[in-house]
Amino acid sequence: MDLALVVGLHLMHAIASLALVSIGLAVIFGMLRVINFAHGEFLMVGGYAFVLSAGAGVNLWLAMLVIAPAAVGMLGYLVERLVIRRLQGDVIATILATWGLSLFLVGLAATVLGYHQQGVAPPFGTIEIGSYTIGIYTFFVIGITVVVILALFAWLRWSRAGLLVRGTMQDGELAAGLGADTVRIRSATFVLGSALSGLAGAVLAPLAGVLPEIGATYVVKAFITVISGGATALTGTTLAAALFGLTSQAAAFLSRPVVGEVALLVVAVVLLRVLPTGITGRYFRKAL
Amino acid sequence: MNRLRDRAGLLAAGVAGAVLIVVIPAVTEVYVQFELTLFLIFAILALSLAWVWGFGGILSFGQSLFFGLGGYTFAVAVINLGESTLPVLLGILVPALLAGFLGYFLFWRRISDVYLAVITLAASLIFYYLIGASAGSQYRIGTALLGGYNGIPSVPPINVPGAPAQPVVYGDLYVLTAIVLAIVYGGLRWLLATDFGRVVVAIRENEERAQLLGYDVRTRKLAIFVIGGGIAGLAGVLFAAWGAYVSPNVFSMTFTAQIIVWVLVGGLGTLSGAVIGCVLVQAVMTWLGEAKLADTNLVLGAGFVVLVLFARRGLVPGLRDLLARIRRLGRGPR
Repeated sequence: MDLALVVGLHLMHAIASLALVSIGLAVIFGMLRVINFAHGEFLMVGGYAFVLSAGAGVNLWLAMLVIAPAAVGMLGYLVERLVIRRLQGDVIATILATWGLSLFLVGLAATVLGYHQQGVAPPFGTIEIGSYTIGIYTFFVIGITVVVILALFAWLRWSRAGLLVRGTMQDGELAAGLGADTVRIRSATFVLGSALSGLAGAVLAPLAGVLPEIGATYVVKAFITVISGGATALTGTTLAAALFGLTSQAAAFLSRPVVGEVALLVVAVVLLRVLPTGITGRYFRKAL
Repeated sequence: MNRLRDRAGLLAAGVAGAVLIVVIPAVTEVYVQFELTLFLIFAILALSLAWVWGFGGILSFGQSLFFGLGGYTFAVAVINLGESTLPVLLGILVPALLAGFLGYFLFWRRISDVYLAVITLAASLIFYYLIGASAGSQYRIGTALLGGYNGIPSVPPINVPGAPAQPVVYGDLYVLTAIVLAIVYGGLRWLLATDFGRVVVAIRENEERAQLLGYDVRTRKLAIFVIGGGIAGLAGVLFAAWGAYVSPNVFSMTFTAQIIVWVLVGGLGTLSGAVIGCVLVQAVMTWLGEAKLADTNLVLGAGFVVLVLFARRGLVPGLRDLLARIRRLGRGPR
């Protein structure tokens, strides 16, 4: 019984962290169709913003929930303004430029902060479930992921800003013709996605630590999750995160963590062979 | 006009090849040749991406996968067999087979560019994780230990076919690599001049039209991908033999990024550009690494962004434009 509970918690945690890592990209790539290969580095910058400001004595929650998203949001604004907008939707050029950006950010972090791991101890301590010990922070990660996804869904579904964003994504020209400032909406959406990435980087930092190259461990998983999700970014990403989180964590339980990583990638490749337009390319097409 | 330019290009390539194969070994120290060998190996790898991406229109993030797999196949086989002829062939064949397998997934459902990029990337990371986790004496193929992230040390060199006692190393390996580079370059140019090559370029230009004209796009793309995989594998074989060492780092994202930079710097859609871009970028990076002026990632990344923003077409097409403009100036206004 206790074992089942602990295993269930681990599975939920795996799903939540995968969803958290991907949610910023779901907005930037899933909705804007901007392929941001520096996504992992956005998470890394979020992690550093949190760890460094917490280290400087700032309140932990302020650093995690405000400073990190704000810092990466600003970074996202600059990137959108200076790079993404200039490329005007050229897919290959965007892939290459953002990849260059990712190397640049890794190099910058390494030059300023050095190639070593920094971290913050997870807050809250641990609780006992039968003979197992589990960090209370695990519950926090699951909780904040649910809150972020629900808030984003509600905002897109029911607010006027969300309506404008959805309209711009669906048909930019029509939205512009109806008087929406699509350039600003795109820019704001990019900033929103960046801020979510910053939040994710900060939330995961106490568990994973941060170092300049940590982005590489996130970026491929995030892209695979969002792409496998398909056309409707939010629902698709959540579903794909659930599927991949389950498979990889289950495989990791049954053998070793590395098998979990590989299982995720294999399931993704097979899934894209079967459903080349992703999960929501066939199912849940009316969702958000 | 076009034919004239082709002939001039062929002449330039011939001269460059002769310099690489004959002149450089005669006038330089063995140490310099040893360093240059690495540049030439990378140039072969760059050619494989220039072919797959620049002519086939397939942005593969998996060339490093085929490169690494070629290196590993060679290392494992040569440690087991002690003679290098079959391992070299296996080092080309195994990556080509994997390319065929992946290509089936990629081209039979006409997956878009982005999906293709991610799947090839995922495939190389699978190898990175799997081989990285293979430390310990239980992970062995025959007598070859895989060694996890430490890689396989003391890989035996390539030898004269049938004579394991006569290794091809240092100056000889340089000449061999230069000849292989020349053959790969010439072979690709020849391939592009055949009917197959023309269809390949037609598909890159307009896939739908090529299909409507009755060409089977899928088999062509698969062939491009398999050829590219084989060439990358061959480069990997030479790499493992050159350094007597191969490690999972060849599957990493940084290494994959480098290959794309080489091709992009030289100019997409050219073969000579890939070679020039590769040698140039590697020379700059080696110099930066030795001078320790700045972090390599920092410089590479910044250069990458600037290049994409301001010089998207690369060196060789840029130079061609410049030459054409000068020639037009010389002819005067019409």
